[in-house]
Amino acid sequence: MNSTMQPQTAAPAIFHVHGVSKIYRMGEVDVRALDGVDLDLYAGEFAVLLGPSGSGKSTLLNIIGGLDAPTSGNVFFGDWELTAANDATLTRFRRKALGFVFQFYSLIPSLTARENVALVTELVDNPMTPEDALALVGLHDRLDHFPSQLSGGEQQRVAIARAVAKRPSVLLCDEPTGALDSRTGRLVLETLVHVCVDLSTTTVVITHNAVIADVADRVITMHNGRISGMRRNAIKKSPADLEW
Amino acid sequence: MRTLDHKLLRDIGSSRGQIVAIALMVACGVALFVAMLTTYQSLERSQRAYYDAARFAEVFAHATRAPRSLGPRIAAIPGIDALQMRVVADVSLDVPGRDEPATGRLVSIPERSRPPLNDLFVREGRYLQPADRTQVLVSEAFADANGLRVGSTIGAVINGRRQRLHVVGIALSPEYVYAIRGVADIWPDSARFGIIWMGEQALSAAFDMKGAFNDLAVTLTPGIDTQTVIERIDALLARYGGLGAYDRTDQPSHRYLSSELSELRVSVVMVPAIFLGIAVFLLHLLLSRQVGTQRAQIAVLKAFGYANAVIGLHYVLFGLLIVAIGAVLGIGAGLWSGWKLTHYYAVFFHFPILRYHAGIELLAATVMLVILAGVAGSLSGVRAAVMLPPAEAMRPQPPARFRPSIIERIGFRRVLSVPTRVVVRNLERAPLKALLSCTGLALGVATLVVGRSTYDALDLMLTHQFYAAEREDAVVAFDRTLPLRARWELGRLPGIIRVEPFRAVAVRLRSGHHSRRVVLIGLEDDASLRRIVDLRGRVSRPPRNGLLLTGKLAQVLGVTPGDRITLEVLEAAKPTMAARVVATVDEPIGTTAYMELGALDRLLREGPTISGAYVAADARDRNVLNAALKRLPAVAHVAFREQTIENFRSTIAEVLAISTTLLITFASVIAFGIVYNTARIALAERGRELAVMRILGFTRGEITLVLLGEQAVLTGAAIPAGLALGYAISLSLSVAYSSELYRIPATVSRATGAFALLVIAGAAFVSAFLVRRQLDSLDLVAALKIGE
Repeated sequence: MNSTMQPQTAAPAIFHVHGVSKIYRMGEVDVRALDGVDLDLYAGEFAVLLGPSGSGKSTLLNIIGGLDAPTSGNVFFGDWELTAANDATLTRFRRKALGFVFQFYSLIPSLTARENVALVTELVDNPMTPEDALALVGLHDRLDHFPSQLSGGEQQRVAIARAVAKRPSVLLCDEPTGALDSRTGRLVLETLVHVCVDLSTTTVVITHNAVIADVADRVITMHNGRISGMRRNAIKKSPADLEW
Repeated sequence: MRTLDHKLLRDIGSSRGQIVAIALMVACGVALFVAMLTTYQSLERSQRAYYDAARFAEVFAHATRAPRSLGPRIAAIPGIDALQMRVVADVSLDVPGRDEPATGRLVSIPERSRPPLNDLFVREGRYLQPADRTQVLVSEAFADANGLRVGSTIGAVINGRRQRLHVVGIALSPEYVYAIRGVADIWPDSARFGIIWMGEQALSAAFDMKGAFNDLAVTLTPGIDTQTVIERIDALLARYGGLGAYDRTDQPSHRYLSSELSELRVSVVMVPAIFLGIAVFLLHLLLSRQVGTQRAQIAVLKAFGYANAVIGLHYVLFGLLIVAIGAVLGIGAGLWSGWKLTHYYAVFFHFPILRYHAGIELLAATVMLVILAGVAGSLSGVRAAVMLPPAEAMRPQPPARFRPSIIERIGFRRVLSVPTRVVVRNLERAPLKALLSCTGLALGVATLVVGRSTYDALDLMLTHQFYAAEREDAVVAFDRTLPLRARWELGRLPGIIRVEPFRAVAVRLRSGHHSRRVVLIGLEDDASLRRIVDLRGRVSRPPRNGLLLTGKLAQVLGVTPGDRITLEVLEAAKPTMAARVVATVDEPIGTTAYMELGALDRLLREGPTISGAYVAADARDRNVLNAALKRLPAVAHVAFREQTIENFRSTIAEVLAISTTLLITFASVIAFGIVYNTARIALAERGRELAVMRILGFTRGEITLVLLGEQAVLTGAAIPAGLALGYAISLSLSVAYSSELYRIPATVSRATGAFALLVIAGAAFVSAFLVRRQLDSLDLVAALKIGE
């Protein structure tokens, strides 16, 4: 199978992953979390990394996000080799280019919704205003609420606003709907799709929920640390039409 | 071992950094408590044993010349157990190898038996033998300071005649534990003042005191009223120039020793309490955190059927084990340093008997104290663990509730950056914790300030005494009053530039039911070498009409300027008269009354007489002057200001070095304990938050500021608070320790402030650095996976 399947519109690849393996030492045994993965991710696409738990999708996302280093292989962001960078450079890379959305929202409890977003916008040049970013996720009326005053779905949408407010080129989402009920999950997915389309942000969502894959441009399936399949959705579903 | 005990040990292993910090705090508190208490108890027991063994007298009196036949009448006073009649006189000594003359206090002892009271401990050599009239025993401190051994010879001017005395023994007496010349001296000068015990017959003969005595010491039967005995003795000695009897509380050596011991007793309570208090606070933080992170484990244990009591006990044991580590270290270190300290003091005081005491009751008290601290520190954590309903504990903790801080609510929101708001809100969310951390650090600062300010005060007193009040090069004291013309003889000595005579006379001042024996000093109106100056540098002139009193003396007599008091002269013709207090002066040392020299002469109904003189001399002629002074028979002692200052400074420098090391250690333990612990706990609580910030693109430096900003704010607030607290404590100590002997001024120098600031900031910085290293190993990937 051609693991670098081109998108329909010939957008340039912004991530190149070449022969990446990752071996964890868990006590006495070695666990091969990734086993020779090759993958390209293209500008503006909405990609879903689908696989059961332990398939290596989170490890791959962490390596792409500069949070973890592979045991072997290389990762390029454009022409720049991520895997050769030091900690300070990786921090700069995350600061400028990446947006993260986590399963458990990870908001700072002592900051309001607006401030959680401002925390990130203060770091970069030319960000959205926190108010605009929160309006984008439909939370214009919850600006001064603290995390403890927001529902799970609202917290996750604040997390998305926080991730997109700096206008990143890539948005990495780790099980963004994992902790939410299906109705709230659909709302969050809608926000992600909306951001991807409106801001042309490359969006990578990892999930074990196969239903979610239907909203993606491209679905990359993982199994036992390898890419086991890849398909392009001829017809993308709207998040509102999903059922789980 | 039960499984829960294994968990206990592993929990302790996994928080070892914090546990070490808390255990050290406990160890410091316990070590100080044990060391100070054993030292205090040992010294008190040694003092008592020494006094008992030597039959130290309880009432003392001096007279000009009283017949020995008075003995039976004194002995007949009800309440007197034993008595000793002696001849005591201060003479000028010529010590081999010493340029300037020293003062020797000759004290008579029986040749054929040991003294009935105030017995000697012969450390080297032997007691007197009847045959030789020139043999003497010398006090140990004086012998040590002057290199005198058994077999040495010293020259003495006894009643105007030069005599050679042969040292046959080195001895100690409870009467001179602190060998101080008189009430006017504030510290012992072992090199220039010594006690010489000489045969009764030889001494009586030398001073024309055959069949007479001028010094009386008695012991009392238990339960007798001392004051009545004193009055009876005074009545008997009145005809013979009695200077007024006094009990041990006015005996210079006993008085200084007691004040030293009581200062030690104050420290026994104060200082360890600070350390144990902080240890309780830190233990409370650690255990609350421990229970917070182990919610799920506690729930599982409860679900399996572990009783609340077992779980509660598990966490109490966690606290107790930590304080136990500290207690073991502390008791060991305390016993060792108590032993060292007791020895140090025993050497300093020249105690011949040492009763080191570390009783079982002390250890029991320490153990109780430590258990109490351990339980107090564990209490709230244990309570939280016991109260936790299992079902709730299985769910993750809800996000903490926050709100904008006060600073933001009053309109400073825009000024604060978002990371700064995190710091401020975290501080405000746990105000008690912030307050206690800040208080602990402030106590650390205050410890440093108080410790060092003692030396600032001594320095101020020294500067005042020797640069403002006493500006002479030397004080020459005669062994009796001399006619005023002696000043001209003094002025003719080589190198003398200026002579300012003074008259010192023992008086009793009475006002209502208050009375004090003091020295009344007569100074010339235009005296410029010896001036009457207060601590602010304001100079007073000796009054021609009436008395000038030191502020403390006026206070104890309950008088103010304008009041009239009764003045009883205790020498010569002993006139009693009314005198007016014309002014007071706040001198830091002693309780003295002043008058103009001529006015004092008229008051005493004597011709112009002097007791000595303050002199200015050319340093180049120093040796010639010394030699000339040694030859003058009337000179009892000479004190060179420069040497006194140097002697004082070198003693202080030595003590300062030791105490500075101790202070730095203690304050560092406090600062390290608090900053390290609170930062570690903050890291444990907010590690995930910080990891998320790192993922979002914050640098290590930036998240370090968010984590340690809190500690920086607390330390920053603690420093001025600690300086103020330190000054307040110094002030209260200066009031508490203000005695008739001296008033320690409350003063904190800039150097002391800077020292405290640097030590605390340094210790906080090192602790922060250690936590910062742990920030570097923050697991970013794991942070993504953990739920709230």
